[in-house]
Amino acid sequence: MKEKLQNIMENALDAIKQSSNLEELDNIRVKYLGKKGELTQVLRGMGKLSKEERPVIGQLANEVREAIEGQLNQVKSDFKEAKKKARLKAEKIDISMPGKTKVIGHRHPLLKVKEELENVFMNMGFDVVEGPEIETVHNNFDALNSPENHPSRDLSDTFYITDNILLRTHTSPVQIRVMKQRKPPFKIVSAGRTFRFDDVDDTHSPMFHQLEGLVIDKNITIANLKHTIDMFIKELFGEDMKTRFRPHHFPFTEPSAEVDVSCLKCRGEGCTSCHGTGWDMELLGCGMVHPNVLRNCGIDPEEYSGFAFGLGVDRIAMVKYGINNIRLLFENDMRFLNQF
Amino acid sequence: MLIPVKWLKEYVNIDGIDTKELADRLTMSGSHVDSIEEIDKGVNNVVVGKIEKIVSHPNADKLVITTIDVGEEKLQIVTGATNINEGDYVPVALVGAKLPNGMKIKKSKLRGEPSFGMLCSAEELGIDEGLIIKELKNGIYILDKEYPLGQDIKEVMGLNSVVIDFEITPNRPDCLSIVGMARETAATLNRDLECPQIKIENEVDQIDQYVNGIEVKDEELCPRYYARVVKDIDVKPSPLWLRRKLAEAGVRPINNIVDITNYVMIELGQPLHAFDLENIKGKKVTVRRATGSEKIETLDDVERELNDSMLVIADNEKPIAVAGVMGGANSEVSEETKTILIESANFNGRSVRLTSRALGLRTDASSRYEKGLDSNLANEACNRVCQLIEEIGAGTVVAGNIDIYKSVAKEKVIDLRPFRVNNMLDIDLAADQMMETLNRLGLESKVNGENIEVTVPTFRQDVEQEADLIEEIGRIYGFDKIPPVPLVGTLTKGEKSTARRIEDNITDILVGLGLNEITTYSFVSPKVYDKVNLPKGSLKRQYVEIMNPLGEDFSVMRTTLVPNMLEVLTRNYKYDVDRAWAFEIGNIFRPTSVPVKSLPYENKTLCIGMYGKVDYFDIKGIVDSMLKRLGITNQEYLREENYVTFHPGRTANITKNNHVLGTIGEVHPDVLENYGMKERIYIAELDLEIIGILSNLERKYKELPKYPAISRDIALVLDKDILVKDIEKIIWDNGNKLVEGIELFDIYTGDQIPEGKKSVAYSITYRSLDKTLTDEEIAKVHDPIVKALKENLNAELRA
Repeated sequence: MKEKLQNIMENALDAIKQSSNLEELDNIRVKYLGKKGELTQVLRGMGKLSKEERPVIGQLANEVREAIEGQLNQVKSDFKEAKKKARLKAEKIDISMPGKTKVIGHRHPLLKVKEELENVFMNMGFDVVEGPEIETVHNNFDALNSPENHPSRDLSDTFYITDNILLRTHTSPVQIRVMKQRKPPFKIVSAGRTFRFDDVDDTHSPMFHQLEGLVIDKNITIANLKHTIDMFIKELFGEDMKTRFRPHHFPFTEPSAEVDVSCLKCRGEGCTSCHGTGWDMELLGCGMVHPNVLRNCGIDPEEYSGFAFGLGVDRIAMVKYGINNIRLLFENDMRFLNQF
Repeated sequence: MLIPVKWLKEYVNIDGIDTKELADRLTMSGSHVDSIEEIDKGVNNVVVGKIEKIVSHPNADKLVITTIDVGEEKLQIVTGATNINEGDYVPVALVGAKLPNGMKIKKSKLRGEPSFGMLCSAEELGIDEGLIIKELKNGIYILDKEYPLGQDIKEVMGLNSVVIDFEITPNRPDCLSIVGMARETAATLNRDLECPQIKIENEVDQIDQYVNGIEVKDEELCPRYYARVVKDIDVKPSPLWLRRKLAEAGVRPINNIVDITNYVMIELGQPLHAFDLENIKGKKVTVRRATGSEKIETLDDVERELNDSMLVIADNEKPIAVAGVMGGANSEVSEETKTILIESANFNGRSVRLTSRALGLRTDASSRYEKGLDSNLANEACNRVCQLIEEIGAGTVVAGNIDIYKSVAKEKVIDLRPFRVNNMLDIDLAADQMMETLNRLGLESKVNGENIEVTVPTFRQDVEQEADLIEEIGRIYGFDKIPPVPLVGTLTKGEKSTARRIEDNITDILVGLGLNEITTYSFVSPKVYDKVNLPKGSLKRQYVEIMNPLGEDFSVMRTTLVPNMLEVLTRNYKYDVDRAWAFEIGNIFRPTSVPVKSLPYENKTLCIGMYGKVDYFDIKGIVDSMLKRLGITNQEYLREENYVTFHPGRTANITKNNHVLGTIGEVHPDVLENYGMKERIYIAELDLEIIGILSNLERKYKELPKYPAISRDIALVLDKDILVKDIEKIIWDNGNKLVEGIELFDIYTGDQIPEGKKSVAYSITYRSLDKTLTDEEIAKVHDPIVKALKENLNAELRA
């Protein structure tokens, strides 16, 4: 019996050594350790043994089983490892081959800038509101204190639908709508399409975009206006930007100013684009809301004051992206849009 | 407004301030400097010399030898000039001089005679040809009088000058003059202003001996007409100083009379006109509207047709000037002119502007009048002209004037509260400082209790109320000196409207799905409605029309975004772009009444347009994905066969809960042909207001399923025309709440499928929220579904 067990062990270990794959290993396991396997057969014959022999043989049989199982598991894991390694090797790819691109669309640069501007002000506590593209002469001119004879009212400057209805020439009528609807205090910005009687050329378009801001509260001063514009310019173009408030004239603000900012090309050093001045001219117009405008909207200028500002979104988009022809903004060439 | 700095200096002392500082400070007080032109012709070492002696050259007939006194020494200079005489004062280029044409003067010998310099012509000194009097064009420039010998010729002839170009805002016509800008300068630099003293030395006769009266028939268009007469006129070129000043200010010199009227216009801001009195028929001037048939040849030799909206100056027979715009050739001052009538009038700004525009003729005069001038300036300016004519000896002033001036402009008085100034500007300025600033600006101020009483002169028509005075103080104080202060008060959180947030969401989703955002004009050509084949009675042809469009292409407001989209896609196709997927969010416009009486309705609209590697189901998938993200599901697609812009077999209206969201489909081949498009285009146009109503951006967590889902596949053979939507409705309706999802995974026609039929394969997912479903439980739902499909759609189960 002892020899039989020894033989089984030697044969089994030998077979394991000879085996070359997992299937053969499995066959070996069945052959020796299976229900009808050789070791099992031997153990079944244990009943015939004497009381003394039984534990000895039993122990030996267990040792043989452990040895075979141990070896089987060892070789099995070797095979698995080898197989994995072979697979990894076989699966090698050319990682420099192009990726499978998914198409992502592009924002229009103008509308992207418009939204960025709105968001800057929204983060400063301004509500973003909108107004119609077609407006009344009252909201677009009269209520904004525009003189009755002002050339901007001419048919050669403004598109009219009727004598009293026009395509708004600026976003300022939104101010009138807001002041008539809301009770102060409030802070709003409004951006959108505006229209002027300009033929299309490199820098002009009969349709363009403005952003308008309005703050009305008690004790609002020109110092608040300066601070708000400064913050906005720094947020938009960077902390090193400087502003310059030049007195100017708009019918709807008093005092009025035009704002120059550090030249966006040279950041104020002076270059050919700013004619050596270091300033980018007339980026923004602003001022304290004219008392006539407040009165026209039912707000008492003795109690409330406010400021308003307006800027050209198209110009900022063009400066920001280095676009030199406004026509590109409205042509919608995909090769242009795909750059943004 | 071109301001020669030297001219400015005549009225305000700016010593110690260089041009750059002057320009910067005026810019910061509201007179924006557009540009600075420094004129330096490069004349060096040229001085005044006097010709002492001229003798002939021993070796040359065409040369002479001169002795020139240049103060410190006497020079021998050989010249070929023929227009010189002993005693003339001339420009002398010394040895070592440089001239604008690059010439350098050296000691030389001409035919054996040494020469120590050169006598100069005007041209050699770089003087613009326009400024040179005919007689002085050829030969040496003979100075007009005796100047100190040896003096630098640049000073004598004013060859160096600085001209500043200011941008004058339309509210400040008073600054369209040297005196006006001198006043600004005085206030900005806190210096004294010295206005020209107007005084006529000698007046003879009386004006009514020369003029049979002036009649103003339209006082609204001509608030004031002031005139004087000057006789014994000697029309000739103006002296150099006058021509030079005009030229620097951008006005071409013509003759002494015209030049003086222009000079005074630039100096004081009042346009003036001189008529040849001999050519005024009846010696009577009438200011009236033109008649429809009248014509006038203006000074620029163009014949112009007038109409009854235009104001003219007329004699007894005909118009002799277009009021405030340009004089007529028929009464022009010429060399024969002996007596002139000087007009210094005030015309209505709007009338001048409209006339100037209608005639296509904008002049220095009209651009001043159209901004509204001070009617109290007219007499002063007219007298100034008389004074200057007298000064240069060009005529004798006739005593008296004719002044038609009924409604006299009056000064306003405004109370200014100093605390309002300090509050609005956030500064701390004493009342007397405010008064000083206002006084420098000509706004006479005095203390009136707590307040300042300001008398506003008529030349400052823009100053109407306290706020205007606050601005005056603020800009002279300097906005740059006011430190920025943050807004205080209620902290508010900025918000966007829900509608805007939905738009922003849509933009993000569509960009994420591969579409490019576009933006197109709100106005289109009415022809686009033909191009997209809209029938005559279509509601989309009820458009809002622009009264004065830039051209037909921009003449009506769009009622749909589809034509713009087609335009953009086609343009890209023509640029050889192989794929264009795009969307636009914009307004369409519908009149609330025809004709338009009130503001039209503006409807936010989304248009998606695609060509290149797409079909109907791609665009539908994009719309569905987008709507799902907006919380809109279960929308229905109803076949639309009558929207002629679209393919009748490939178009649907998208609806939900009785709302029509919009239309989706393939563009009709006829329309594509109209656009010259060779590829199929797919378009969806959706109403963002309806989407706004239906959308729901709120999200609530729904518990994840605890029990597994089990799916069953079925393949059906049924009539080809049955819509999958009808199959799916039967599955859902019979699903007994256990159907979780339906997925169409195959549609097949062809082999093994009978003619007129199709095979449709679905995978149906079943799940219960309470337990794991058994085969029997699934069968209890699945079998009735199959049965219902058979009964309702005559569908057969395919093995």
